[in-house]
Amino acid sequence: MNFEWGVFWEYLFRPSSVYLHGLWLTLSISVISQGFGTLLGLFIALARISKHHVLQVPARIFVWGFRGTPLLVQIVFIYTGLAAANIFRFEDINLGFAVLPGNMQAGILALTLNEAAYMAEIIRAGINSVAIGQTEASKSLGMTYGLYMRRIILPQAARVVVPPLGNEFNSMLKNTTLLSVIGVPELLLATQMVTSVTFRVFELYMVVACYYLTLTTLWGFVQQRLETRFGDPATAASRKLGQKGYRRLFGFGQIGEPR
Amino acid sequence: MSDDPAAEPVIVTARGVEKHFGDLQVLKGIDLTVRKGEVVVIVGASGSGKTTFIRCINHLERIQKGRIEVNGHLIGYRERNGQLVEDSERNIARQRCEIGMVFQLFNLFPHLTALENIIEAPIHVRKIPREEALRTGRALLARVGLAEKEDTYPTQLSGGQQQRVAIARALAMRPALMLFDEPTSALDPEMIGEVLDVMKELAREGMTMIVVSHEMGFAREVANRVIMMHGGRIIEDAPPEQFFTAPAHERTAAFLSRVISRKE
Repeated sequence: MNFEWGVFWEYLFRPSSVYLHGLWLTLSISVISQGFGTLLGLFIALARISKHHVLQVPARIFVWGFRGTPLLVQIVFIYTGLAAANIFRFEDINLGFAVLPGNMQAGILALTLNEAAYMAEIIRAGINSVAIGQTEASKSLGMTYGLYMRRIILPQAARVVVPPLGNEFNSMLKNTTLLSVIGVPELLLATQMVTSVTFRVFELYMVVACYYLTLTTLWGFVQQRLETRFGDPATAASRKLGQKGYRRLFGFGQIGEPR
Repeated sequence: MSDDPAAEPVIVTARGVEKHFGDLQVLKGIDLTVRKGEVVVIVGASGSGKTTFIRCINHLERIQKGRIEVNGHLIGYRERNGQLVEDSERNIARQRCEIGMVFQLFNLFPHLTALENIIEAPIHVRKIPREEALRTGRALLARVGLAEKEDTYPTQLSGGQQQRVAIARALAMRPALMLFDEPTSALDPEMIGEVLDVMKELAREGMTMIVVSHEMGFAREVANRVIMMHGGRIIEDAPPEQFFTAPAHERTAAFLSRVISRKE
């Protein structure tokens, strides 16, 4: 086998600027898409459980469409497909401090819409997990929909939503690789650009795998904090905070603490 | 309550209330008047419509016919061209502020402490300043005998304690009427007394109360009137002495003998 450790260590610890830029894009695109996706998903979930058909039907169709087609197809469709059909062409936008290229806008949009469909179902399940008596008690105290959703139902739904949200972001970090097909120089495309010059394919893909592993590992720690934050306050108050980090990391951790 | 109960203002008026769940008619024309300071206990077999009826009083259930007024306000509906149409959410919420409700399964907010449960609606619905809400909240907790539990979460409280917090939470809105939907049915026997004591105290202070309950002792001791429901109708409405000793309706007599023989 032809494996040069020198190249591996070199790129792992002293990555070129192309690499670092790719890493930055992967991270920022993931955070932005997950953030908007979660927010949009919340509204779609609320529409989906609404009694009004004018809200419910479009929400159902949206979720059906975006969960039923491959993300890669959605990305290519939104960027290349819309442009080819002369419907919409993503142009570069000058933000003042930086230029946001068209393909990145399309990529973020596709990831956001796709994520929103999945988050809508997760949030809907979370809201449905809250007992109906909570809504009735809120109403009997004179609360209106917006108030009891915000103060009573969603905080309780969060307990159910946060663990799968963590999984979603983990997938998101890796799904950004699909944006390489529309030329967004995220981590994978950055690696391809370097390999095409150096021909050290095996070593560099090992490096890129290590990078993704680092990102998802760091996220694991953040997720653990979130689960404690949104977990059962009674349990949190009565037990010593914090499960050992390695348990979470390698999946020994319990998701729901028994009462 | 003054010497002449009939002189007290009317708090609740129900006229010809009918309610269907699909094809099933659960309320077949309920008429009821409750005056200020009265304690009305509703009894009846399960399926008689008693729980459904008190849920209609704060519009947790819609009604298909008739009308319910609390403090002179038509509940849940407004009149438009002689027809009743469902009122706006905001108006219904405002009406509900006047009506406290205590549920069989307590329905405390599990992510909030006992005190936070109590001050949530006064602060965010009544817009009472936080300091004042905290003061009243603590006083209410003391009143239900749970002053030392203000920072405790509902899951760490016993059923009886949870139900007392739930009563304090409803009282924090300063309602004109309190509805109790089988408040002791989910409790272990040794905890029933502590909840009933709080309710008796409330009755003595002159709160207007409608209580759906199987606690005959409570009805006998505290109620001004006991109502028997059967098949979606009120079949008996009498002071407790008369209700328990000389019921007018044979079904009431049969119900009482069943309930009392079960107790012994």
